Amino acid sequence: MQKKIVFLAAFLTAGITGDAGAEGDAVRGEKVYNRCIACHSLERNRTGPKHCSIIGRKAGSVEGFTRYTDAMKQADIVWTKEVLSEFLAAPRKMVPGTQMFLKVPKLEDREDLIAYFEKASADPEICPQN
Amino acid sequence: MRKAPSLLSRRSFIGNTGKLTLSATAVALLAGESRLLNAGRAEAATSDDIAILNSALGAEQEAIAAYQVGAESGLLSGDALNLAVQFQGHHKEHADLLATTVGQLGGNAVEPMAKYEFPVDQLKNQNDVLRFAAGLEKGAVSAYLGAVPLFENRDLAKAAASILGDEAMHWAVLRYALGENPVPGAFVE
Ligand code: HEC
Repeated sequence: MQKKIVFLAAFLTAGITGDAGAEGDAVRGEKVYNRCIACHSLERNRTGPKHCSIIGRKAGSVEGFTRYTDAMKQADIVWTKEVLSEFLAAPRKMVPGTQMFLKVPKLEDREDLIAYFEKASADPEICPQN
Repeated sequence: MRKAPSLLSRRSFIGNTGKLTLSATAVALLAGESRLLNAGRAEAATSDDIAILNSALGAEQEAIAAYQVGAESGLLSGDALNLAVQFQGHHKEHADLLATTVGQLGGNAVEPMAKYEFPVDQLKNQNDVLRFAAGLEKGAVSAYLGAVPLFENRDLAKAAASILGDEAMHWAVLRYALGENPVPGAFVE
């Protein structure tokens, strides 16, 4: 039974995403980001750390953000696209004890968010320091 | 901007703002908390709940600061200003409740940040301020929606749902004041 479900899930996922490296839609990603803006912004540290240039950055390493939990500071993680997607699916599974609790359950939403992060980080109007 | 709905100008609606007393529900929720502690549930579950509460508390503190900026901007007047003051009062109540609960659970409540940076240069008129506030309220709804199913303690989930409802009402009223469809969908996300 278990096997069958796993197989079915793999089959469905392959069918939906087509190929593993599917690119997200940054415009949709900006909408998904509305779920984050009670605590985050791209270019400013707020209740949560800023997200400009998040891809490739070490977890818990934004300068000037003073509120990281020890859990996040000590997590030995680099936010590659793959890792970030896995984190956002279940943040407290990857970093137990983190205050960052909000899940983004849908793969498509995560891919769109990550595309938005990449696009915004490359735009000096939005993320000027880079 | 569409004329603010008549509902909003009724004194009775705006009137009872700003009091920082905990409601009966809030007190009952806190009572539920102590029972949880006595029942001695798993440590880990409780510390996870504390982390979520603290994160939500941070967002509430930021919302209070944001409404303060809005209220002091000189860009709000009349009904819009009254709404901002009333909604800020609700966020203060939420923050008080969350901080007290974190304490009751044996955690340390986060303190408000010394300084918040808001995109004040982008706020040029009343609608800009209302739109900014609406965005924060919508974000807060999403945050609580995410939190509700995560709480180990069901009383905390209920409290989060109660706050979610309040913030969704703020969002709807702000959209209405902006002349937008106040309730754009059957579900929030
Ligand atoms: C209720 C507030 C809140 C919401 C809503 C929220 N976050 Fe967070 N986020 C935080 C906090 C607080 C931290 C720091 C966590 C820690 O130190 O444990 C954080 C950390 C993060 C990190 C790690 C950043 C770093 O510098 O290592 C990422 C990535 C992140 N959040 C993404 C998101 C995304 C994407 C969303 C929306 C889908 C979101 N967050 C919504 C509060 C929030």
